[in-house]
Amino acid sequence: MSRETLLNAGLALLLLVLPLAATALGEPFYVSLATRMAILALAGVGLNLALGFGGLISFGHAAFFGIGGYAAGILAGHALNAEPLLSWPFEFSGSDQMHVVWLVAALASALAALLIGAISLRTSGVYFIMITLAFAQMFYYFAISWPAYGGEDGLSIAIRNGFPGLNTALPMDFFLICYVLLMLALVLSWRIRDSRFGAALQAARQNDVRVAALGIEPFRTRLAAFILSGMITGVAGALYADLNRFVSPSMISWQMSGELIVLIILGGAGRLFGPVVGAMLFVLLEFLLGGLTERWQLFLGVILLGVVLFARGGVIGLLVGRARHG
Amino acid sequence: MRNLIGASLLACGLGVSGFAFAEPVKVGMITTLSGGGAGLGVDARDGFMLALKLAGAKDIEVVTEDDAMKPELAVQIADKMIQSDKVDILTGIIWSNLAMAVVPNAVAQGKFYLSVNAGPSPLAGAKCDKNYFNVAYQNDNFHEAAGNYAQAEGIKKMFILAPNYPAGTDSLNGFKRFYKGELVGEVYTKLGQTDYAAEIAQIRASGADSVFFFLPGGMGIAFMKQYAQSGVEIPVMGPGFSFSQDVLGAIGDAALGAKNTASWSPDLDNAKNKEFVAAFTGEYNRLPSIYAAQAFDTGSLIAAAAAKASVKDADAFRAALAAAEFDSVRGKFKFNTNHHPIQDFYVREVIKNGEGVLTNKIVATSFTDHQDAYVKDCKL
Amino acid sequence: MQTALLIEQLLNGLQFGVMLFLMAAGLTLIFGVMGLINLAHGSLYMIGAFACAGVAAATGSFWLGLLASLAAAAAAGAIVEMTIIRRLYGRDHLDQVLATFALILIFSEGTAWLFGSFPLYLDIPPLLQGAVELPGGVRYPIYRLAIIGVGIAAAFGLYLLIARTRLGMRIRAGESDREMIGALGVDIRSLYTVVFALGAALAGLAGAMVGALQSVQVGMGEPVLILAFVIIVIGGIGSIKGAFVGAILVGVTDTMGRILLPALLTAMIGPAKAAGIGAAIASMLIYIVMALILAFRPQGLFAARG
Repeated sequence: MSRETLLNAGLALLLLVLPLAATALGEPFYVSLATRMAILALAGVGLNLALGFGGLISFGHAAFFGIGGYAAGILAGHALNAEPLLSWPFEFSGSDQMHVVWLVAALASALAALLIGAISLRTSGVYFIMITLAFAQMFYYFAISWPAYGGEDGLSIAIRNGFPGLNTALPMDFFLICYVLLMLALVLSWRIRDSRFGAALQAARQNDVRVAALGIEPFRTRLAAFILSGMITGVAGALYADLNRFVSPSMISWQMSGELIVLIILGGAGRLFGPVVGAMLFVLLEFLLGGLTERWQLFLGVILLGVVLFARGGVIGLLVGRARHG
Repeated sequence: MRNLIGASLLACGLGVSGFAFAEPVKVGMITTLSGGGAGLGVDARDGFMLALKLAGAKDIEVVTEDDAMKPELAVQIADKMIQSDKVDILTGIIWSNLAMAVVPNAVAQGKFYLSVNAGPSPLAGAKCDKNYFNVAYQNDNFHEAAGNYAQAEGIKKMFILAPNYPAGTDSLNGFKRFYKGELVGEVYTKLGQTDYAAEIAQIRASGADSVFFFLPGGMGIAFMKQYAQSGVEIPVMGPGFSFSQDVLGAIGDAALGAKNTASWSPDLDNAKNKEFVAAFTGEYNRLPSIYAAQAFDTGSLIAAAAAKASVKDADAFRAALAAAEFDSVRGKFKFNTNHHPIQDFYVREVIKNGEGVLTNKIVATSFTDHQDAYVKDCKL
Repeated sequence: MQTALLIEQLLNGLQFGVMLFLMAAGLTLIFGVMGLINLAHGSLYMIGAFACAGVAAATGSFWLGLLASLAAAAAAGAIVEMTIIRRLYGRDHLDQVLATFALILIFSEGTAWLFGSFPLYLDIPPLLQGAVELPGGVRYPIYRLAIIGVGIAAAFGLYLLIARTRLGMRIRAGESDREMIGALGVDIRSLYTVVFALGAALAGLAGAMVGALQSVQVGMGEPVLILAFVIIVIGGIGSIKGAFVGAILVGVTDTMGRILLPALLTAMIGPAKAAGIGAAIASMLIYIVMALILAFRPQGLFAARG
């Protein structure tokens, strides 16, 4: 096993042990802190697929995060009030079950990613960064001004959506759901990286023309990766809304897109566990610094700057050496 | 800052009936201390702390943290304060969207929440809660008072303006609830917009007799400065937020003469208010804003309730809060059945005080014993 | 709608546009020459506004404040370039995004630390107060006309600088081939510092001028930053001409959209819903325009290269 694999296993274990220990010590808050880490890590794993493996720097992934969040909020709201959400082409009255919510979140995000990707992937470099940002801003302003689901005030979820066989109101049960989904996404991400599709995606990042010459259509490869990436981030958004029992346009803000990018780079872009380390550190820093000083954002800035300047390849890069793929 | 003010200031003169319950109270204050909206949070925190200090409230401990205006962060801090710091009461949130994120969760966990500012309509109506008290106002109130004033003044044509988000539409709806004259313009602007040239041109062309605008924070500052430069002479009015002490300095003389409505004013004539304004100015070297006044009342209310009942006895403490037996800087103060205030609303005018500082002066009363429009939906 | 009102709104759009140009010009220059994405450009705008407000409050002179804003923003730009940005040129865009994101946090909180949490006061100088009558019966604020003037002058100055001077020649050389100019013996390090400081000064100037019309407060730079990015992408990254055209396009589209869309919708669906829906679409309008332009011209309107 390589050092990175060992580190990854250790991290996966650490994230699991943390809330268990917290429960044993009677500190339920740390379970929700760990849940937050797992969910943001899941969103990051989604983004990492596009950004880390495909080199597609999306500055608009908050759009998918928010779509997933609104999927959870809207479905739960309709289920609670027993108002049909759709009466055509089929009757659909919302749902308070997580697996239904995830499915809707993933489908809605996939649709949005298809739309955004089909236009954005015609561009590259900074143009891609900015056009994804522009799309997220459209969703943001739409969410703020659309009155039906709360606008800027957001949408409360009265009761956290349920999952068969578990009591999601218990912090530990909900954590385990998020943790298992994160692990599944990591496995998926790992399988993709080492698959033909993943190889094509990474090759297309380095040399478009060569990949095209091999008979692989780079545009389609990228679009598929972008859609899958958006779906994972969308599911994470649904979980995040369930964690906070609240969803609002701030989940779609450009700062949120920025934070998702930040936690990937913090951990190490393109690394399988980069988003996991990044999310754990980011949430921990926010929590610790916020508890220490009013000026916590200043210190957060200094720490992030230090990481970019002196820890190239993120924290994982620092711990196990330079990345295998440049 | 995590202000662990162990306010064990030896309660001076225990003459007040019953400091018998010396049960310590732990208050979690979540407010905005960084970014563009920090001024409001800083005023609220300072007002709250001052109240505890003046009340000599012993054993009220306050934990303060910055929410950076992010709802998700506010939820996380609330969870931490409830589960880890074991606070009994939460307070401090300025913005409605953060309140909507935090309040339902906090009261569901059996904690008290006292609002120093935000008063979104669901929490006053269908989603009201026995443990949620709003010491400030319901969001529509200031706007209703302005609409009522415009109606009473017999203004024929109004131009009304607010950002396109829930508080904005609530504002204009509140205004229209009491103003029955002609609306020659109803405009919604982009949230966070900073250039109002286009809207000012519309106002000029509208032939309105007066303009009502609700643009909180930096948006209102930008609007007023640009309005003053535009040469448009139509008088403006707004809710008290638009001309509150925290923004008057930045607007400058352009604000002089503007009418605005609020439940409090620095010149409101009662003993407690005089004490408050003098103490605040002495302590922080600036005049208090409406946010400071509301937070001060919140602090006074908690101190008064803690002196009457133990916070561990939720029913008794709730009754003590609901009785609202404290000296309010607003003079009289009482809670409605939905735990929102029934109070008077005044029309204020921006003036320069003796030292040349811009501030507000009461010129009329718009409502006496006004209650909000949502109380009938609340099943308390 | 009356012609006079329409003209006034066009002027408003133009004024908004040239102000955005000052931001976008620096951003596109820095990207064109150094290949750097600078998210902290909005912070330099904020520094300009705070410097102007601070000095104007202390001395009573807006003009001294304006000078101070140029100096402060240029100095902040040069210092940041020499200490931090310089290490990022060789890095990929990701590292640049993270580092300059961190700089936003540092600048914002640093400014709040220095100046406190309340918005600052900054007024228009007496010389430029009030409004004038334009031909056609439009009354228009002098200060906004002055902004249009300064913006156009800055655009012209930049054009001369880049087309006619030695510095401009080096900048053009840097845009077309970064390795080459080093080989030609140009001191790249100081060229980069100068370009960065120039971009920063333009942002500072914009911040100071706009500060007199708006609220000088922490976080004022970020909304403008995003618009500036939209502009340089529409115009074609690295192209000053593109930035100018893009800025005017965004300024006019945004302003006219805010006015015309609600009016248009009122005619279609009645006034009850039109105000809200119209405003919602208007706030998305420039992003829609941007997506459309990039869908058909993925390199923007005036691609500097390729």
